[in-house]
Amino acid sequence: MNIEKRLVRKGSLEKLFNLLKNNGNTIMGPLERNGKTRFASVNSFRDIASGYVQTTQSSKEVAFPRAEKILDYSKNAAGMSVKGIDPAEIPQVVLWGVRPCDAMGIGELSAIFNWDYKDKIYNNRLSRVTVIGFSCEKADEYCFCTSVGGNPGSTEGSDILLTRMGGDGDFLAEIITGKGARIAALSPELFEEAGNPEKDKFLASVPVRFEREMISRKLDKIFESDEWVSQSLKCLGCGACAYVCPTCACFDIQDEAHGRSGSRVRCWDSCGFSMFTLHTSGHNPREVQSQRWRQRIMHKFSYMPDRLSVYGCTGCGRCSRACPADMNILEHLISIQEAEV
Amino acid sequence: MADFEPRIVAFVCNWCTYAGADLTGTSRIKYASNVRIVRFPCTGRIDYMLLLKAFDEGADGIIVSGCHPNDCHYTSGNFHARRRWIMFRSLCDFLGIDIRRIKFSWVSAAEGAKWADIVNSTVSSIRELGPYEEYRKIVKRPAKEVTNG
Amino acid sequence: MDELRKKAGELLEASAVKVIIGYENGSDGKTRALFAEKPEETARLVFDSRCVMNLATYVTKKEVRNKGRIGLVATLPVMRAVIQLASEHQVDDAGLLVIGITPESKMVEFKDLAEVEAFVHRYQIEIDSKQKEMLDKLEKMTPSERWDFWIRELTPCFKCYACRAACPMCYCHRCTVDFNQPQWVPVPSHELGNIEWHIMRAIHLAGRCVDCDACYNACPLAIPLNLLTKRMLLDAKEHLGGYQPSIKADHLMSTYKPDDKDNFII
Repeated sequence: MNIEKRLVRKGSLEKLFNLLKNNGNTIMGPLERNGKTRFASVNSFRDIASGYVQTTQSSKEVAFPRAEKILDYSKNAAGMSVKGIDPAEIPQVVLWGVRPCDAMGIGELSAIFNWDYKDKIYNNRLSRVTVIGFSCEKADEYCFCTSVGGNPGSTEGSDILLTRMGGDGDFLAEIITGKGARIAALSPELFEEAGNPEKDKFLASVPVRFEREMISRKLDKIFESDEWVSQSLKCLGCGACAYVCPTCACFDIQDEAHGRSGSRVRCWDSCGFSMFTLHTSGHNPREVQSQRWRQRIMHKFSYMPDRLSVYGCTGCGRCSRACPADMNILEHLISIQEAEV
Repeated sequence: MADFEPRIVAFVCNWCTYAGADLTGTSRIKYASNVRIVRFPCTGRIDYMLLLKAFDEGADGIIVSGCHPNDCHYTSGNFHARRRWIMFRSLCDFLGIDIRRIKFSWVSAAEGAKWADIVNSTVSSIRELGPYEEYRKIVKRPAKEVTNG
Repeated sequence: MDELRKKAGELLEASAVKVIIGYENGSDGKTRALFAEKPEETARLVFDSRCVMNLATYVTKKEVRNKGRIGLVATLPVMRAVIQLASEHQVDDAGLLVIGITPESKMVEFKDLAEVEAFVHRYQIEIDSKQKEMLDKLEKMTPSERWDFWIRELTPCFKCYACRAACPMCYCHRCTVDFNQPQWVPVPSHELGNIEWHIMRAIHLAGRCVDCDACYNACPLAIPLNLLTKRMLLDAKEHLGGYQPSIKADHLMSTYKPDDKDNFII
């Protein structure tokens, strides 16, 4: 459908929020604690964090929670009984305050969850999510969306994208999808005539730093390069980068058993952990951190484009901000682009 | 609360308290039946994680008991255990875990009557505290999905 | 700083060490670890108040060790960590040379770890007054209020284990939390899994933690998990006479005194 442009007064945002809330939606928005922001269920419009360049955690939990029950089982005299997830229990969610890079990440994550097997739970969750994106008015040195196909005002992945028109101004609302149109239809008076404002001038400027196709091509040739060793020497092998990433999809399946019954739970996992590829035999095909770091970059910039025709990086810069050892992905990607082969 | 029967798990050493509890029985001393005894070679072997597991599995109270100082079958297992208990108890308290629910005691093989007293007093104090709902609340059984709320 | 660069360069030049681990400028005004293997790379070394990461965490890392003898730029907390590691037989003079930085930001040279130990023992481990205030505040709460506080603080934890990775004392190849037979700590990051993980982490650091705050600084979610180890530090002081990392002394938790506190034991 064509993108429809509307004007939402700054005073109307709260009305829109309350309207969505009263319509039975769970609103997941950015909340701040200890100076870090994460998406969680928001009760009041006033609780929503503001002023952030990017939230500390991505919004992927809305469709891919860090720990998610996928079935219950129990064993009794009559045999085994297994009970899956009832999709009716999955709430309708409005994702509020998502940056364009996160909204774009939903598409990349979906590509993984629909590669060969179509993940029912993931898709069920996602089908109940409406995304209200907010364009970026500012960026920092970690941002590089424009190098990976995004931009601070990209509509990709959002159902409605709001762009603040100058400092404390009103918002330009772009109604992008049918889901977005349904929200706008809830209260048409909040979505006024917008004319045709020049959106770009209100957006942050994020310079293009590298060409991702070139990185992909380079990666084919540097699998055995020492570059990986020198880049990853300071990597501590934690999972912070993967857990804040909007597109990292690795998970582990755990059974939480209590006697004769229990639940099967899907939990986040990370290729950065040394245990991730450890075999029962004791052999570990990715024995050292450099191989794990290589896997992370390869997966996002080589394997995903090859197999899924999408890249696995949205340029949000979260992994660099969250890294306790200051592994800066942008810096490393640039040095891969420049690596001699 | 009248029909609340506390579930108590006792972690005891083989050489003193377990033998002491045996003596309680052979001496025909009656005591509360709320306790499930788990026998260990030594208090030094009782990992603090086991205590947490007992709470996970629904215990309302815990007893940890072994040989009196200087009576350890392995010379110093109970001394080492005591240091760990000091730290563990304080950490639990700092986290808000109700340490009134964890009792530590020395019961020798000759103290059958003391064992009965400890069990009885623990049961009655836990009965007063009620079921350990606070901890049970976080043991999601079956685990609920976490949606970052 | 020039003195530090010069010294580091000389050590590499003379092959006294194969790699210097120090700090260099990083992203967004932060500093990060530098691994200098060539004398000219030491020009990138910096040192100032931003250098808070505990670099001792790298000296037990296999890839770093494989490079040969390490020269480690070490502030007081880093030196403490090194001595604790030495006492746990993780590092020795053959593998490590410490280039000290005093609390007054002066470079100080050490012949061996014994000298580092002597230097470390000139200072007591003191908990920062702001943190102490927070500990006191928690102490004054009722247990239920403390429980609610911790459940709230630990809820965001997604168990990325950055705290473990950044801690110099967490060098085990296989951590208790990674064991699944039996599964001591639930893997999912729900309330139970999180609180048990943090109990386990704190207890394993009892009598070993050098109070460097690396865990807290590493946490991407700024969870005040260092309060747990600080509490343990105070307990060690109050009940067990305290400790200083020492190469040869017995460890606090692997020794005992016949008259240790036992007023809580019936």
